Amino acid sequence: MSIIELMSGNDAVVKAAIIAGCRFYAGYPITPSSEIAEGMAKELPKVGGKFIQMEDEIGGIGAAIGASLTGVKSMTATSGPGFSLKQEHIGFAIMGEIPIVIVNAMRGGPSTGMPTYPSQGDVMQARWGTHGDHQIIAFVPSSVQETFEFTIKAFNYSEMYRTPVILLTDEIIAHMREKVVINEVEKYKIIDRMKPSEKPEGYKPFDTKHGLVPPLAPYGEGYRFHITGLTHDQTGFPTTNHEIVQKLQQRLQDKILKNFKNFEFYEERMVEDADIIVVAYGSVARSAMRAIKDARKDNIKVGLFRPITLWPFNYKRIKELSKKSKNFLAVEMNMGQIVGEVERAVKGVKTKVEFLGKANGELISPTEIFSKIREVMNV
Amino acid sequence: MYNENIFNYLRTEKLPHIWCPGCAHGIIVGSMLRSIEKLKLDKNKIAVLSGIGCSGRTPGYLDMNTLHTTHGRSLTFATGIKMAKPELVVIDVMGDGDAVAIGGNHFIHACRRNIDITAIIFNNNIYGMTGGQYSPTTPQNYFASTSPYGNMEPSFDIVKLAIGAGASFVARADAFHIALLDNVIEKAISHKGFSVVEVMGTCPTQFGRRNKMKEPYQMLDFVAERAVSIKKWEEMSEEERNGKFPIGIFLNENREEYVESYEKNVILKAKRSNV
Repeated sequence: MSIIELMSGNDAVVKAAIIAGCRFYAGYPITPSSEIAEGMAKELPKVGGKFIQMEDEIGGIGAAIGASLTGVKSMTATSGPGFSLKQEHIGFAIMGEIPIVIVNAMRGGPSTGMPTYPSQGDVMQARWGTHGDHQIIAFVPSSVQETFEFTIKAFNYSEMYRTPVILLTDEIIAHMREKVVINEVEKYKIIDRMKPSEKPEGYKPFDTKHGLVPPLAPYGEGYRFHITGLTHDQTGFPTTNHEIVQKLQQRLQDKILKNFKNFEFYEERMVEDADIIVVAYGSVARSAMRAIKDARKDNIKVGLFRPITLWPFNYKRIKELSKKSKNFLAVEMNMGQIVGEVERAVKGVKTKVEFLGKANGELISPTEIFSKIREVMNV
Repeated sequence: MYNENIFNYLRTEKLPHIWCPGCAHGIIVGSMLRSIEKLKLDKNKIAVLSGIGCSGRTPGYLDMNTLHTTHGRSLTFATGIKMAKPELVVIDVMGDGDAVAIGGNHFIHACRRNIDITAIIFNNNIYGMTGGQYSPTTPQNYFASTSPYGNMEPSFDIVKLAIGAGASFVARADAFHIALLDNVIEKAISHKGFSVVEVMGTCPTQFGRRNKMKEPYQMLDFVAERAVSIKKWEEMSEEERNGKFPIGIFLNENREEYVESYEKNVILKAKRSNV
């Protein structure tokens, strides 16, 4: 039987991570994500898992990657400035193809910004924060229920595609308490990484004969292999052979982009007849939902497109929608980040893209969005 | 010293190594492998990590579970590995820049926790791979590519730093006195807790050439002549100690190890409680 609990977004991450099989957490205290560390410190040892508070943010993600290499599902959580510090190791996990989950409860920035207020200012950092070309999977839930569900999914896709997965919440979702329906544990689909079926002798940690995602052996089980942050061949050893490196770069792109349909999550409301579609995500989408309902009452044909998978961005769906609707309105708690992606998506189509955003620590209200809709539609 | 059994622990197909002629890194790796062989450790159960730089290439040559991590951060990965799979013997190879410059914070906290990891610091007093910039262990008045007028910065005493930070086994050896090096590394790996071995090495290419010691033997002499046993060191005056360093085991204590303590003090309590 399912149970109903009242919990915060941060509590939901803890609860879901344990269900997903996470047994190692390493992190560093930072507002507004600290309750995740606190919850993991309490809950992990109860199930035989381990928690460590590291000396800094870099150490937090480093330890999580190390633990993951032994075959243990691992995570870290942070917020703005800490997310900046973790970027080098996000790149390491991408290059080494090591599954981990990183939660970033977004707060105001730049720099120390507004630690106790929400923002959506890290959405581009989630995409491009670490150096070099790469693809990343990032989910952006807009309720506590969804935070719960997408924490489990974050672990699943991280394991499936041997890649870091970022869960982007914000101060509102992290601290807001809402009703969460939790099913029996057995009802949740839990995915573990593929382990090699062959004997250790022939094992290569980046073997492409298995397709886009090579199986990953855990350390200490007879598969003695090498992982480096340098460009490497299928055996895992460094190479600067341009042809091999280009193939590696391409596979790292392909394993995410070619599998996109498997984790392409979004919600649409009333887009079929819409003259204007609001694009909003995370906590802002809640205001947007209210605004479109109010606008419909005034006979303005508004719809909502809410990406839950933020990265890779769903250019294809936006493009399809742009053939139905003449206007898009991107609403974000930042000075304009995802709006640029919407513009890219509608390139070559006559659809107009408008923007409403602010980065002062206030949630954008339904009234503000409704007013902007009126302004754009000239009604 | 020659021990052909060490080849069982090497990825011989990856040789020759990339280190310059006259570099002492190979001497240290040879000593590590003799110790591992003497202890009859199962190579499937050893994880060797490194940071970035010349020393960072060490794990690639070793037929074990190996991880070439980021600059200075290898101890964080090592901490995760040890916690998640305590049955692994974890050895972390670091350069002087790794251990006490960019990774200094990780180093002192690993010492403080007394987690069962052996940290072997290949101290060649310079950033070799990036072209000979001065490091936190470059002696004063010596030349580096970023100290063209002589290095004016005081250097770290890694032994004192490790003891002060809480490591339970701390030793210094060098690439010339091999019997001591073998002995110290073997003891460090066997020790339960955080062990630090600082190995005074050489870099004829980047340090030697800038400091009138371009021949490998000159650099090795430079190490050998400055190294004195702890016993002798204690009898020396401040004046006599100038420019020299003591070698030997400075600290070897049995103290509760971090992961065992976590299992005993945290996991057991958590399972019993209904917090």
